[in-house]
Amino acid sequence: MRLSPKITQALAVAILGSATFLTVVVLVFIIIFILGKGLPGVTWEFLSCAPKDMGKAGGILPTLVGTVLLPSMAIAIALPLGVGTAVYLTEYTRENRMTHILRFGIDCLAGIPSIIFGLFGFIFFVVMLKMGWCLLSGALTLAIMILPTIIRTSEEAIRAVPNAFREVSFSLGATRWETVLKVVLPNALPGIVTGVMLGIGRSIGETAAVIFTAGSSLRMPMAAFDSVRTMSVHFYILAREGISNENAYATAAVLVISVLMINLLSYSMMHRFIAKRSR
Amino acid sequence: MNVTGEKFAKFLLTAVAFSALASLLLIAVFIFKEGFPFILKVGLSDFLFSSDWNPQTGNFGIFPMIVSSLYVTLGAMLIGAPLGIAGAIFINEFLSRPAMRIIKPTIELLAGIPSVVFGFLGVMVLAPFIRTHFGGPGLSVLTAALILGIMVLPTVISISTDAISAVPNSYREGALALGATRWQSVHMVTIKAARSGIIASVILAMGRALGETMAVIMVAGNTVKIPHAVTDPVRTLTANIALEMANATGMAREALFATGIVLFVVIMILNAIALSVIKGKRNKQ
Repeated sequence: MRLSPKITQALAVAILGSATFLTVVVLVFIIIFILGKGLPGVTWEFLSCAPKDMGKAGGILPTLVGTVLLPSMAIAIALPLGVGTAVYLTEYTRENRMTHILRFGIDCLAGIPSIIFGLFGFIFFVVMLKMGWCLLSGALTLAIMILPTIIRTSEEAIRAVPNAFREVSFSLGATRWETVLKVVLPNALPGIVTGVMLGIGRSIGETAAVIFTAGSSLRMPMAAFDSVRTMSVHFYILAREGISNENAYATAAVLVISVLMINLLSYSMMHRFIAKRSR
Repeated sequence: MNVTGEKFAKFLLTAVAFSALASLLLIAVFIFKEGFPFILKVGLSDFLFSSDWNPQTGNFGIFPMIVSSLYVTLGAMLIGAPLGIAGAIFINEFLSRPAMRIIKPTIELLAGIPSVVFGFLGVMVLAPFIRTHFGGPGLSVLTAALILGIMVLPTVISISTDAISAVPNSYREGALALGATRWQSVHMVTIKAARSGIIASVILAMGRALGETMAVIMVAGNTVKIPHAVTDPVRTLTANIALEMANATGMAREALFATGIVLFVVIMILNAIALSVIKGKRNKQ
């Protein structure tokens, strides 16, 4: 039996549409569920107090500080490397065998799972370089992890800068480096910032790579060589060891809100960037 | 600016450009340095195909973990691939522009939710549901596959979307001009043209599912046993590493790095396949 093309089309649209609908429903459910269960526990006290009793009571202040410090340090390390790579690939070389190898390396690095980064960071930074579980070990590990994201978004942003801008700069007698610094990078800035935002979002949510490199101390981090516990790690420990479901939900709510806000911000920036360019 | 400065800038940028490649090599070197001597000591086949894992007695067989990782990953793909591909097709081919502009970023937000949150939801919501309706302890192959299936959706959707939107509009117009319905033009022309990108999206998602750790630890149950039913608890390769890392020393720690080698190699192969599929396509066009 053959169905008429019109009926097949209606069927296909119904099936594809419900699959898409299901995906959106799952997403909305996850967000509403976590916020619904967690938000009542998010009070000023919860945000501004240190945890008591391993997190059974009290707040999350040190983990909040850790969650700000660790990704910031990771970005501080990854940003110059990532933007530098992107500038090299776009402004200083043509596509050749070398750039193919570099790109292959970047793509492969992007596919490595976080547990492998954790293993590497542990054996290299924590054990071999004797840095111990600390902010800096964690930040270096995360920096390598988010490097591909920063390179890709920066490269896209730099490529989107019209060639006429460069030509004008050259015609005024500027060197390549001056052109990069004064013309290309300022114009690519919104796109680069988008990459930074995505990197921060990924760092905030990361657990496996962080727990083996930055440790899980609940003390307030004061120096680069202090062990630190981020919100994700704290949440993982609360949930996994069944310390307090209530505090786990509240921590998850703070975590989800921060990640969503950062992602929303980066998407809206990217959107405005694209809109401005295509005008 | 003088010529020396210009040369220095170029030199510096060239050096920096190698940072990603150098990191990748450094990671490979150190994982192998820690784990490879162990594999030589124990023997590759004993390590890969023995089912006896007991670090206290010096037995290091990861076969149950390999099988578990395989089941969980394939299960995740059975859920994530069709759902993701269907979503990508629908978003690109059947949604109006304004609707697409809302739905696409919404789904991309899914990628931002931390994996521990997925794991927690698996424990709190999905596991009890599976325990009551399918039996077993609730933490199982099925639970892990479902959670991972959802987690890989953004990967499948965003890469498939890129592939589908890269299909030239003239292809679609050609099909429609020949009297095809929209769906006929989609499944006879668009999907065929975007096939390699769609396949690559599934392979990359497979790498993600295989490498996911925290969510899996929370929902898979972590028993070292070859599963016989989808409701059996399992321990994956990644979970094995993360669970034992905290207190492992000596041989036991080397065994975890050796597990890391297995994971690293499999994921690199998956990545290489996906990249060559995408690249092969690009060269043809």
